[in-house]
Amino acid sequence: MPSFAKRAAAAAALVVAIVVANAMLSEEGLFGFGVPRYWAHVLMLAGVNVILAVSLNLINGFTGQFSIGHAGFMAIGAYSSAYLTVYHAQAWERSLGGAVGETAAGVVVFLLAILVGAVVSGLAGLVVGVPSLRLRGDYLAIVTLGFAEIIRIVILNMDVVGGATGFTVPGETNFLWVGSFAVITILVVHNIVRSDTGRALISIREDELAAEAMGINSTRYKVLSFVIGSMFAGIAGALFGHYTKFLSTNDFTFLRSFEIIIMIVLGGMGSITGSVLGAVVITILPEFLRQLPAVGGYNLADLRLVIYSALLILIMLTRPQGVLGEREFGFNWLRRAQKRPEGDEAVGAGGGVPIDERPARTVANEAGGDAAGGGEKR
Amino acid sequence: MSQPNLPASEPLKKEGVQTELAREARSREVADESGHVLRAEKATIRFGGLVAVNELDMSVRPGEIYGLIGPNGAGKTTIFNLLTGVYKPTSGAIYFRGKRVDGLRPYEIARRGVSRTFQNIRLFPGMTVLENVMTACHLHARQNLFDAVLRTPRYARDEREHREFCIELLDIFGLSRFRGEGGTSLPYGNQRRLEIVRALATRPRLLLLDEPAAGMNPSEQDDLLNLIRQIRDRFDLTILLVEHNMKVVMGVCERIQVVDYGKSIALGLPEEIRNDPKVIEAYLGD
Repeated sequence: MPSFAKRAAAAAALVVAIVVANAMLSEEGLFGFGVPRYWAHVLMLAGVNVILAVSLNLINGFTGQFSIGHAGFMAIGAYSSAYLTVYHAQAWERSLGGAVGETAAGVVVFLLAILVGAVVSGLAGLVVGVPSLRLRGDYLAIVTLGFAEIIRIVILNMDVVGGATGFTVPGETNFLWVGSFAVITILVVHNIVRSDTGRALISIREDELAAEAMGINSTRYKVLSFVIGSMFAGIAGALFGHYTKFLSTNDFTFLRSFEIIIMIVLGGMGSITGSVLGAVVITILPEFLRQLPAVGGYNLADLRLVIYSALLILIMLTRPQGVLGEREFGFNWLRRAQKRPEGDEAVGAGGGVPIDERPARTVANEAGGDAAGGGEKR
Repeated sequence: MSQPNLPASEPLKKEGVQTELAREARSREVADESGHVLRAEKATIRFGGLVAVNELDMSVRPGEIYGLIGPNGAGKTTIFNLLTGVYKPTSGAIYFRGKRVDGLRPYEIARRGVSRTFQNIRLFPGMTVLENVMTACHLHARQNLFDAVLRTPRYARDEREHREFCIELLDIFGLSRFRGEGGTSLPYGNQRRLEIVRALATRPRLLLLDEPAAGMNPSEQDDLLNLIRQIRDRFDLTILLVEHNMKVVMGVCERIQVVDYGKSIALGLPEEIRNDPKVIEAYLGD
């Protein structure tokens, strides 16, 4: 457990990193150093996708409930927050602006819009989750897919949010917002997974019957993870809408749901860092392939979709559990190989072990201790 | 690379957690007014036309080791699943500590103090030994979701207490040195032990063991007998055992009920059961 000072330093470093990244991604750049506009756009989308992937990973990776309706909840967050900023934000900003200043009022109102998007998505997640989480596996996947399409079609027929002509939204999002919410998402999911709630979720994934026998209300926890995942999808949708400044229901088809699934499957179901990696790679890779040079008069960039698909297939064939599997990438990565479970020596060396077995046990224990530290004994 | 199986006869170590558990079990009055901790009254379950369990009566006294035996396919595991809420009886009633529990979901029955192991070991494969046991502390968690997300002092205290409790419990069974390993990477015998530890971590008043001797050789079975007795004594539990291995049942159970074709055919002390012609017929055929 890191000390308070360490945590404060890490938090400060994160804030600086987000502010610097925001400056570099903006049009002015940081002291003239900036990221080209095109790549800035890609990186913003990568940030949104990190939120989507990490939150879906809570449902699919940790709780083991295969949902492919994430785009639907993203759409709800996008449209409900956009509804607020389009129809009510100006009035609110005016009444708030006198008290706290215009910029602060803008920030507060946008934050409010994002949170409303999250809450509405969360409620939708509850409504969808309660009936559909009775199902398992393929059936659940199909039902969530269906609900996502229902959500999309309903929005398509709501004239108040533009209907089929699309919905023009004020641009509010910059990397300060996206970066901060990506960090918040990662922290929240990380903290949930490493808690009693997280163990309950993972135990449902591993063996639902055994989890119930241990006193875990599996329905409740499945719905809980579904609602939390939907809330973050709503946040991602709100940020996305206020970044692209235009919402069309075509942005929220099942293709986007599949894209998010690809991110977490590629990065590793049940790994937070894996889904971050997957989100970034899957966002950047297609754009990167566009830049491929012409070779021998033949333009490789024309083949980008073929190469992209081939790469996905290659990764899945070589690492079907995803790049990181269920492991997390972090500072422990290097240390873990030598680390033994703490307090290991105090246990088992004492009484209770028959004398004649002790030497063999000790050797086995040492060999086993390494594997325990690495956690790679599969 | 696998560790040698721990001999189950290895004595349980240390006082501490188990006395705490035993005190808890004793302080709560476990018996109902008829002096039983668990009762089934004409419990019946049908699957389509098949009557898997037929008007089963059963009453288990506090603190006893009660055996439920019968030939393969007699309905033993189905009875277990009835008692733990996996199935709902078609008719009849099940009482735990005087309160009706049939129709409750498994987690609700677990909350009331019934814990179980499974015939085919059902550990959580993606978890370490320690995590497996800590998951079972769920019923006693005082942290909630917000404590976890915000990492409040309550979360830290709760996690630490569970961790210490589980390590101590594992230590009693000689498993704490494996705590960082994957639960399912342990050798078979230790997995069975771990499953019992996990069941105990819910701090039950009644422990149901579903064929604990399945897949064990005779010497391992002897060790298991000792272990079961020790658990009952140290943790002051009531134990209900399903088993078709006669040696285990005769060796450890104080009362035995025999089922065949879903019906109870005999009930009594091990010697009575051993000589009961109906039981012999059920096992050997006619």
